[in-house]
Amino acid sequence: MNPTSATAAPPGMNSRIQRLRKLSVDTEPSLSIERALHETAFYRENYGKYSIPVLRALNFYDHCSKKTIYLGDDELIVGERGPRPKAVPTFPELTCHSVEDFHVLNTRDQQRYTISQEDIDVYAREVIPYWQGKTIRERIFGHVPGHWRDMYEAGLFTEFMEQRAPGHTALDGQIYRKGMLDFKNQINSEIERLDFLNDSEATDRLEELKAMEISCDAVILFAERHADLAEQLAATEKNPQRVAELKTIASVCRRVPAHAPQTFHEAIQMYWFVHLGTITELNGWDAMNPGHFDQHLAPFYMTETKDGGLTRDQAKELLCCFWIKVNNQPAPPKVGITARESGTYNDFTNINIGGIDKDGKDGVSEVSYIMLEVIEELHILQPGSSVHISARTPDRFLHAACRVIRQGHGYPSLFNPDVYVVELLRQGKSLRDAREGGCSGCIEVGAFGKEAFVLTGYLNVPKILEITLNNGVDPLTGKQVGLTSGGPSTFADYNELYAAFVKQLDYVVDTKIRVSNYIDRMFAKYAPAPFLSVVIEDCISKGRDYYDSGPRYNTNYIQCTGLGTVTDSLATLKKHVFEDATFTMERVLDAITKNFEGEEFLRQTIINRTPFFGNDDDYADDIAIRVYNDLLAAIDGKPNTKGESFHLNMLSTTCHIYFGKTLGATPNGRLAFKSISDGTSPSHGADTHGPSAVIRSLTKFDHTLSGGTLLNQRFLPSLIKRDEDIKKLGQLVRSYFTLGGHHIQFNIVDTDTLKAAQEHPEEYKDLLVRMAGYSDYFNDMNADLQQEVIERTENESF
Amino acid sequence: MHAPLIFDIKRYAINDGPGIRLAIYFKGCSLRCVWCHNPESIVPQAQKLYTAARCIGCGECVKVCSRQALEMTAEGIRTDSERCTLCGDCARICPTRAMEMSGEGKSIDELLTIIEREQHLFDQSGGGVTVSGGEPLLYPDYLFELFDRCGERRIHRALDTAGHVPEENLLAAAQRTDLFLFDLKLIDPVRHQQLTGITNRLILSNLRTLCTSGAQIKIRIPLIKGINTSNEDLQAFAETISALPGEKKDVALLPYHAIATHKYRKLGTSYQAEKLQSPEQADLDRALDCFIRHGLNASVGG
Repeated sequence: MNPTSATAAPPGMNSRIQRLRKLSVDTEPSLSIERALHETAFYRENYGKYSIPVLRALNFYDHCSKKTIYLGDDELIVGERGPRPKAVPTFPELTCHSVEDFHVLNTRDQQRYTISQEDIDVYAREVIPYWQGKTIRERIFGHVPGHWRDMYEAGLFTEFMEQRAPGHTALDGQIYRKGMLDFKNQINSEIERLDFLNDSEATDRLEELKAMEISCDAVILFAERHADLAEQLAATEKNPQRVAELKTIASVCRRVPAHAPQTFHEAIQMYWFVHLGTITELNGWDAMNPGHFDQHLAPFYMTETKDGGLTRDQAKELLCCFWIKVNNQPAPPKVGITARESGTYNDFTNINIGGIDKDGKDGVSEVSYIMLEVIEELHILQPGSSVHISARTPDRFLHAACRVIRQGHGYPSLFNPDVYVVELLRQGKSLRDAREGGCSGCIEVGAFGKEAFVLTGYLNVPKILEITLNNGVDPLTGKQVGLTSGGPSTFADYNELYAAFVKQLDYVVDTKIRVSNYIDRMFAKYAPAPFLSVVIEDCISKGRDYYDSGPRYNTNYIQCTGLGTVTDSLATLKKHVFEDATFTMERVLDAITKNFEGEEFLRQTIINRTPFFGNDDDYADDIAIRVYNDLLAAIDGKPNTKGESFHLNMLSTTCHIYFGKTLGATPNGRLAFKSISDGTSPSHGADTHGPSAVIRSLTKFDHTLSGGTLLNQRFLPSLIKRDEDIKKLGQLVRSYFTLGGHHIQFNIVDTDTLKAAQEHPEEYKDLLVRMAGYSDYFNDMNADLQQEVIERTENESF
Repeated sequence: MHAPLIFDIKRYAINDGPGIRLAIYFKGCSLRCVWCHNPESIVPQAQKLYTAARCIGCGECVKVCSRQALEMTAEGIRTDSERCTLCGDCARICPTRAMEMSGEGKSIDELLTIIEREQHLFDQSGGGVTVSGGEPLLYPDYLFELFDRCGERRIHRALDTAGHVPEENLLAAAQRTDLFLFDLKLIDPVRHQQLTGITNRLILSNLRTLCTSGAQIKIRIPLIKGINTSNEDLQAFAETISALPGEKKDVALLPYHAIATHKYRKLGTSYQAEKLQSPEQADLDRALDCFIRHGLNASVGG
């Protein structure tokens, strides 16, 4: 993830979009207590009168009927989660922020959310007392066993659901064919078919279906209120062009989401209302995703541009308006450990562009190209975007994406449908559902519109090695957090060390899964999401909630972080301790304990004389394969509460930074508290043989056994200077994907990175400055030459 | 067989022929260009490189040297070249690779193992192997066997040569080379002699002969301000190249960069050309314009 914060609007954007973008970028995120006030009043009045699903739906309806409606100047796509752009509601039923939390959020340096003292006072008076002891978070922490808590606090894993609802949802094309009234018909026919004579769950189904119906009405009402406001504004508006726009907005909001959209504009607005509904009902992780948005919009675009009802520029303007709307919704603020592991405003809406369609054909359309232009020109934090490159994807599209990548914003990321479709098939999806699937959030795969694929938290794999080397004790606190698997002196050889590591791994994973399963049932019972359930297939026909195995597929993921760090650490011990006896185990452990102080010779020998992951060296890569396979063995196929299973993916987002902070120095020479490696990427600076070696190392393990891997590849601008270099970048991507890679993302090195490399050379050993017939490592250059390279990078010309 | 020492192998080379390539650098050169940007390529023997920026001053190399050739100074390690036998012990113990040996012998089989790791990328991109140097044609037997065996595997072969070799070697190379990257430094023979140590008579006649053989050739010119960027020099390049027999040749201009300076320091020598300057954009435009006027396809880089 490369958060961006440029304020200068690039040329080419029309003045409306420039103004909307400026407002979005310049507005500081704030907290709105409106939702919490409505909800608390509603719960005080109504708790106990209804079944939980109906209570939740009525609560949602109540908020939709009262919440402040925002319709800003210039807007074409309308609707905000809060009362104004960048205002985020709170969800006290999940986590009730304390007065102290608000003060921290209001004053911290990064990821600040402003809130007035007056609002804090109201919250303290009206909201906090009611929720005391009733929140999902308190109930979870009240339940968890002591050893889970010890592991959690030691940083062995995180728990996504302790303060946000399960999410990672993406939609299929259903909502472009059906309006909420159609869904209501479907719900009612299911209610009529309920068999109270033979079905012991018929009552539960009825309550859930009633809740779904109410939530459809809630979203229709929400849209109607926007139509009303647009008409009111049109009545007093002086500018005839704006009057016409407001009238269009009103008619669009009267049509969708009640009915299926008929135009490109309505289709975008349809999705946006559904998006807002799901993120207002609850605050599921990673917001909400439109899935293959270009494929969903393409039929509208084709028809309307042919009829002359829509021009390419108008379509692009509407997409820009949509993009800015997503940027207006910062992630709900987190607290505690979760704030440390996911400290970002990004709520990870990820637009999938290109790829294949449900019949396996090329999914690229003119809309895909327009979206690439929008990404390049808007240059905003949200939504994230990913480009999907199958063997069927034309080079023209790949090259267009590579040219956006060259801009150096860190996106779009690139995904390989030919691999992730196999991942989904292996997990049991039908071929068609797999092809309609893709990646939401960061890199995790799911069957869009048909699956609850719940990320349960990250696993700190290097930390597991750390406790293995300390007989189950966390050396930072002295607490016994793992098994007593035998101290390092008992390991006769490398295999014994590795066996102890696997034993600890299994223990940690099982501890995490036990609690995850408990949390899953908490959400199923106490925080169902009836509106989300409407738009995810099979929830209606099963009469079951999204959180209660309603969707066609139900997966739980554990995200494993730090493959590079743990591989390099194991390679170090294997080579230097057990094979070459360069250093004794005692000496290495002592050096780690001292954070390598006074042990620079040892540390540098390790860093420079150990085969590390990412160099196409089988010594290290074989260790990585083994670790990956053992992670799979520990996680993959373990039952979840929905009759399906846990799978692994290799995502890290920003958690590798938090995990690094919980981890002492590691045998690979990494200093204490420095971040661990991200995703399945090599450790920072460990890959010194160029990108072709990296992709070879990465494809030695089988990505199709995961639910996603992640490769961040650092790239110097000199490697993508000319048009033919863009083609070569495309060929590198094609090569990685035909070898079996799931995802790759290029971070084009900018001057900030080069300056950081001057400060911390060992983390940037891979920075190779290349020219025809000549190349050298950036770190080896003297300060003057480094300065010259920095200046050349600024001018994009070396 | 007279085998070279190899001083670098570069993966994902994108400026040395078509597609994505693996570039292999042989040590030893027949020219002595004052601006040489790969100074470790000049002599055929192994050399020791010392990178002061990497040295942590642990002194292990001083201890390990059986000849007492090393000394720790305020500026880092100083090597007494009279005593040093280039045994490499210091490089092996050095934890940071501040002390390195440049030049390593490799069997053809070893090279092929490395090459085959890139096969997938070659196939995807239409790339292949580029052998550069130094002057690879100083090792014809080794080079030819390597290229023949690449040829058996249908791997594209590019050869970067300065052309100052016996004509028969060049013609034999043409039997097994898919693309020549032929370096031209200057057309004026007197200044060529002054700046590279040899006249360019053989180079130019070899180039003409090679053209007649039907080989694929791309001309590469390192552009160095004040050395070969005058209108007269550019005019001479363009006239000579456009007069070559056979198809019109593509010309690649490689702008000189002062970035090589510190490599001389690593070798413990000084850079005679430290004051040389990179061409400016205007120089590059002028050069491109001159070649294009002569009907040549010219580009910057690669």
